[in-house]
Amino acid sequence: MINGPNIRTEPMTVNIGPQHPSTHGVFRLRVTFDGEEILQVEPIFGYLHRGTEKLAEERNYTQVVTLTDRLDYVSSMINNQAYCLAVEKLLGVEAPMRGKYLRTLAAELQRIAAHLMGIGFILQDLGTLGTPLMYCFRSRERILDLFEMLCGARITVSYMRPGGVFFDAPPDFWPALEQFLRDFDEEYKELGQLILENEIVMVRTRGVSYLPLEAAINGSVSGPVLRASGLGWDWRKVEPYDAYDLVEFDVPVPPYNPAGGDNYDRFWVRVQEIRQSVRIIRQCAAQIEPGPVRAAVPLVLRPEPGAEAYGRVEASKGELAFYLVSDGGISPYRCKIRSPSLLNLTVTEHLLVGWKLADMIVTLGSVDINMGEVDR
Amino acid sequence: MYGLAMAKGLMVTLKNLTKKPFTVQYPEERLKQHPRFRGEEFVWYEERCTGCASCAKYCPLGIIKIVTSPSETAPAEGDKYRLEEFDIAINRCMFCGLCVEACPYDALFMGSGFEQGSYSRQDMVITIDELRQADKHPSTFYRPQLEAQEYDPRGGRPLDWRQVGRESWQWHQREKAGMRIAGRPAPGDGDPDGEGNQLSAPATGEG
Amino acid sequence: MNCVLGPDNILYDTVLFREVYNFVGQVLPCWLSWFVAGFVIIFLLVNAVLLGAAAFSWMERRLIGKFQNRLGPNRWGPFGLFQPIADMVKLLFKEDLTPGTADKLVFLAVPVAMVAPVMLMLAVVPFAKDTALANLNVGVLYILAVTSVTSIAIFMAGWSSNNRFALFGAARGVAVLISYEVPVVVSLLGVVMLAGSMSLADVVSAQTLPFIIVQPMAFFVFVAGTAAELNRTPFDMAEAESELIAGYHTEYSGIKFAMIQAAEFGGVMAASGVIVTLFLGGWEGPAAHWLGWLWFLLKTMAVAVGFIWVRATFPRLRIDQLLALAWKFLLPVSLINLLATALEIYFLRDASGVLTRGDLGIMTGINLALMAGCVFLFGSLVREKVRPVAPGLPPGVTPVILPARESPARDLPAGETD
Repeated sequence: MINGPNIRTEPMTVNIGPQHPSTHGVFRLRVTFDGEEILQVEPIFGYLHRGTEKLAEERNYTQVVTLTDRLDYVSSMINNQAYCLAVEKLLGVEAPMRGKYLRTLAAELQRIAAHLMGIGFILQDLGTLGTPLMYCFRSRERILDLFEMLCGARITVSYMRPGGVFFDAPPDFWPALEQFLRDFDEEYKELGQLILENEIVMVRTRGVSYLPLEAAINGSVSGPVLRASGLGWDWRKVEPYDAYDLVEFDVPVPPYNPAGGDNYDRFWVRVQEIRQSVRIIRQCAAQIEPGPVRAAVPLVLRPEPGAEAYGRVEASKGELAFYLVSDGGISPYRCKIRSPSLLNLTVTEHLLVGWKLADMIVTLGSVDINMGEVDR
Repeated sequence: MYGLAMAKGLMVTLKNLTKKPFTVQYPEERLKQHPRFRGEEFVWYEERCTGCASCAKYCPLGIIKIVTSPSETAPAEGDKYRLEEFDIAINRCMFCGLCVEACPYDALFMGSGFEQGSYSRQDMVITIDELRQADKHPSTFYRPQLEAQEYDPRGGRPLDWRQVGRESWQWHQREKAGMRIAGRPAPGDGDPDGEGNQLSAPATGEG
Repeated sequence: MNCVLGPDNILYDTVLFREVYNFVGQVLPCWLSWFVAGFVIIFLLVNAVLLGAAAFSWMERRLIGKFQNRLGPNRWGPFGLFQPIADMVKLLFKEDLTPGTADKLVFLAVPVAMVAPVMLMLAVVPFAKDTALANLNVGVLYILAVTSVTSIAIFMAGWSSNNRFALFGAARGVAVLISYEVPVVVSLLGVVMLAGSMSLADVVSAQTLPFIIVQPMAFFVFVAGTAAELNRTPFDMAEAESELIAGYHTEYSGIKFAMIQAAEFGGVMAASGVIVTLFLGGWEGPAAHWLGWLWFLLKTMAVAVGFIWVRATFPRLRIDQLLALAWKFLLPVSLINLLATALEIYFLRDASGVLTRGDLGIMTGINLALMAGCVFLFGSLVREKVRPVAPGLPPGVTPVILPARESPARDLPAGETD
């Protein structure tokens, strides 16, 4: 703060949100500024609280799948997957191979869609007038079309069921997927040309809002934010589920920097992960074989009383996990959701204090939170 | 470097300026919808419905209201109930399709519409009469037999109740005949034998 | 009553005013024809600004739609041409809110203070030969003066709204305007030296070669400075939609908002006109005597499309980077340009002080080389800041050493994951 004998400045408290164009939902930050510089920041959330965990106790195991769609509504496939893995652990059943491949494929498509939105919104926060965002949406729209083919819905998919997926892909899905992957190569390249080395993006994001690995691990941060800090921790590699042990892919990690990962690293990790997801999808499409897609589990499930299970996946934003406890009834006794967005917010203060207002918006974009998941 | 990447970015936007727009002007032009699309206006075949209320039970939101009464024939032997009310409050519906998945007799189908905006909540409740009278354009969601027929709900002809079911529909007839039914899988569940879903030609009568 | 404007009158050079005055002066008393001629000019100006703003708003929305692979406005009229009218009607009917804690008088004055400089700026721009609404002999200076008024309007808006986002926007806007004023003025000195006059008409007639190629650095600095003063990306600090909601005009709605918006869009048109006049040869072109206005309009449109193109492509700079750009890059560049131009004129002009087309060609060569040198020099200075993570980027992603499945994450030595 500039406090000379004649100049005195006064900190100013501003509420960024819950209605603000770039807080990614109804998120509120109470920020104290000195000029443009952030002195203090307090994230406040809960404006989108819908009581998902409590609602899950009122529904049977299959019905809860529809609730998971609405957690992180830009990556509902992955949410389905996490929940179904938890229920499968609870029951001790395993999905058939084709079901596993379909789940992997759908989850990776969803990861591309979610990362595209993440990238698009970082650039929107950087001040582009929506052009890269529109290009991202263009590709995402194609993915949603594929989802419509798979399960009849685009956003709230409810595609997966405990024991597999509810139905096989229609025959016209595979040529459409091929076509999408071909077109997407071109679009991805174009997006890279537009933004990846753009000087303005560079000066705005390089060296801004460092997150050291130590702080990230202490804050239970996961996903691209953690990997941007230099640790290649990805549950798909560390503890492979579904078909991830059968496909080859890399975990992109930027060169280690003791200061930590900056906004560009987080952005870069997402861009690179899209590439890896495309690799996984291609392998899934090549390896998948005919067969059943769903284990013989009924619609109404009754796990053993006292059984508990923790199913986790690497969601687009980090580690998403469902902890289920059964009391022998048809609905979970307890359903705890470990949502990556909420835990990634624990480092908010670390990321934001000392930087400027404009950086704050971009940093929030680079953490890529989703309020549906934060407030649950 | 030196603004070259920025120039590259300008070229990308310029290239896109010459491309055909990706969006369409909605009311005049529509995107192609996949037949599996889960839409509004549920399609219900009374002839196939036994009034078991599985759909109402599986609905996560409880928006399906079913009132039945025992029919004149022998209900204890597996005959169907008579439907008095079958209301679907689609203003609260989230189109998850669980009701369709749960229907053992292929009596309930998702529709394919998405344009049922209304000024009143009452208008959004589909009553049994509306369901009876509606044109039958069922979505192929969870009904592989329709996909096998390459049926397109939008623009296709209305389907009769005899054309939409699969063999499993006749199970309750068999139950009536005293056949053993224990351990049969729910229709549509992946069968553990790995034979895929056994689809038969559309049932043409009550076998 | 036979009123005729004498050559000694200050407005004699303004042909339109003189003609109107002489024409109506045949029937009306002199004081009334004075007013009539004035009103004609005001009428033309107001409508030029408003229509220009409307045309530009349509063009921008439509073009950005195309750039983004969308349709853009297409509901009203052919190609959505009447969209600005629909917008205007909608904004007229919206409730005109004034915040309870606002400084009402200042708040009310802002839209006027925003629109006025734009109109004043357009007044001296010659659309074709002898068609400037006011032919000032200090036109360049006048333009620099009136554009600075916008900063007062922006600060008035930010202060009177009693909104913290508006205050942020106002503080940024003023900082930007003050910083960019300096390189813009210095860059224009080169142009004025070349033309030997501050009158815009003289600047146009001096452009035997368009000054954009004779003075590339001045052009670049002037365009960047104009973009900053107009709040256009990548310099749209005062509005910064993703950061400050709408910046200084966050609290404005209804017709006040419409006026601020009109000032902004009209400002782009007016600034494009100034750029065309100063650097692109104004009305010059084939058959300029008859089609001068057409060339002027086409060039103005082209410059406006350039602004839209840049807006559709680039993100925004941060405020400190923006000011650093002004002081550390644009100002030195414009000073270098000024020095080089002065030396070139000193050595190239003939005895009577006239520069021929050949002289301008030589200057073009020298200045282009200088510009390349400047870009290289300043680019090298910021190379560290704009380096991508890994050279070459894809396909080679950095290999990862994954931790063993059992080991908890915190036991990992942080450096080993590189």
